[in-house]
Amino acid sequence: MRLPTVEDIERRIPRPEDFESRARGSALTARVGSALGIAFAICFLTGMWSHFQYSTPGWLTISPNPTQLYRWTQGLHIVSGTAAIPLLLVKLWSVFPRLFIRPPKGPRALLIEALERGSIAALMGSSFFMLASGTLNIIGWYPWEFSFRRTHEAVAWVAIGSLLVHIAIKLPVIRQALGAPVGHEDHPLDPDAPSRRTVMQGAFVASGLAVLLTAGQSVPWLSRISAFSVRPGDGPQDLPVNRTAKGAGADKTAVDPAWRLEVTVGDQTMSLTRDQLLAMPQSTHRLPISCVEGWSRSASWTGVPVRDLLALVGGSPDSDVVVRSLQTKGAFASSIVVGNVVKDERTMLALKLNGETLDIDHGYPCRLITPNRPGVFQTKWVNRLEAKA
Amino acid sequence: MTETHPVATRGENLVRGLLIAAGVGFGLWGLWLMRDFTREQLTSEAFWLAGGVVIHDAVLAPVVVAIGYLASRLLPGHFRSSTATAFLIWGTLTIVFLPVLSGQGGKPGNDTILGKPYVLSWIIMTLVLVGYAVAASVLSKRMRPVEVTAESPSSSAPTS
Repeated sequence: MRLPTVEDIERRIPRPEDFESRARGSALTARVGSALGIAFAICFLTGMWSHFQYSTPGWLTISPNPTQLYRWTQGLHIVSGTAAIPLLLVKLWSVFPRLFIRPPKGPRALLIEALERGSIAALMGSSFFMLASGTLNIIGWYPWEFSFRRTHEAVAWVAIGSLLVHIAIKLPVIRQALGAPVGHEDHPLDPDAPSRRTVMQGAFVASGLAVLLTAGQSVPWLSRISAFSVRPGDGPQDLPVNRTAKGAGADKTAVDPAWRLEVTVGDQTMSLTRDQLLAMPQSTHRLPISCVEGWSRSASWTGVPVRDLLALVGGSPDSDVVVRSLQTKGAFASSIVVGNVVKDERTMLALKLNGETLDIDHGYPCRLITPNRPGVFQTKWVNRLEAKA
Repeated sequence: MTETHPVATRGENLVRGLLIAAGVGFGLWGLWLMRDFTREQLTSEAFWLAGGVVIHDAVLAPVVVAIGYLASRLLPGHFRSSTATAFLIWGTLTIVFLPVLSGQGGKPGNDTILGKPYVLSWIIMTLVLVGYAVAASVLSKRMRPVEVTAESPSSSAPTS
């Protein structure tokens, strides 16, 4: 018995023409791929907008208006990412046989082929990476060693970059395929085979269902049919909680009768009890908590505007303020509110939520609430405001 | 799978050149943003970048091709199209829902994050799609003109 030769092995590897389904082909690939490209573009733009909230470049001032802007952009980010998963899988199914195209002869053709395949590998790897890390971030599971936020950002540039290269390579094919009808290719020998149109409709239905069944976390009226959404909407005072007081290590200090709010402007400091805060003029506003995971809910908040508290110690209403928390565990124990947001009357230390005394898991004795900012910056269990004179 | 290669127009080639230049620039910027990642972080990142490609090309795609091959030979002809649709929706949605089905994530002492019976919903979804495949197949047989079925037997050249 002789050992198999390279030729023997090569003969065993399937060839593109060995794959039977006639539903595959550029008419399907180009259509599903175009939808996928749009989903990725929305993800990229809304994602970069979200990164700007976390590290705002010097040339950009983020306004507190429109109040719901971050809620919308981040909701859209998660929705388009979710919609992309079935589209990506069907798109890859439609081109899978091409993996088995034999390398061309000649060094020049070989080099071009290698570069194209390299760009596809980068696109596939980064696409899977973005969708997998994003969906795992939604449930708060991080089975890896890298920083989610920074790596999700860096790989996004690789994904969009390799997508642009891929579109450039395929442009003539895409143009031709989109110009031609999806059409029912006749299957004279096999009329029962799933058609191209069946697969394409299946892809779009799956993508739509993926959105409907998960988007309840951002779209309240969908929450009843979103059987697979996280943060279904219940929780203390009808608002879900991301970090509990116990999880933040603030459960004891938050209910300590010795708690005071310290407001510092320059070298002036004032201490206020919760009753003193309640005795000040209160304002009530309906504002959303909008998280990076796509979850958002509006609620009615009652409290004291931050600019009024600064005024007590002679602070200017549009100075940048550092808000500090009793929190001892986990990230985001403080946040910086820039002057143009402090100036907004709706930026306040909330004492009540939906008309009731703030629950400890929502930040009792008081929490920051501001319009149009990610949830992690809505600091809970606040004990200190600092501004420069 | 034979595809004719259309020739790019001159204008198209200009667009292609710009797209490639922008794409390479974006990719390099992405790599630049990783410049201060530790070796441990980069190893973990590389594992996740390559992992998706390997799982797809070596496991997921071949399994789907095998299922299609078997289905085309085992299922009665009028079942094939609806079953393919149901399987496509079931398979892709199951992958979308893997995180919430995994039982991982959430935070201790906080049941407001993963607060729904996901596995039960997934079982119901599976049953609904099986029901759809059967109902749509039976319906398609009833609606099919008799002479078409008689003229072209489905067993002559199945496709997957």
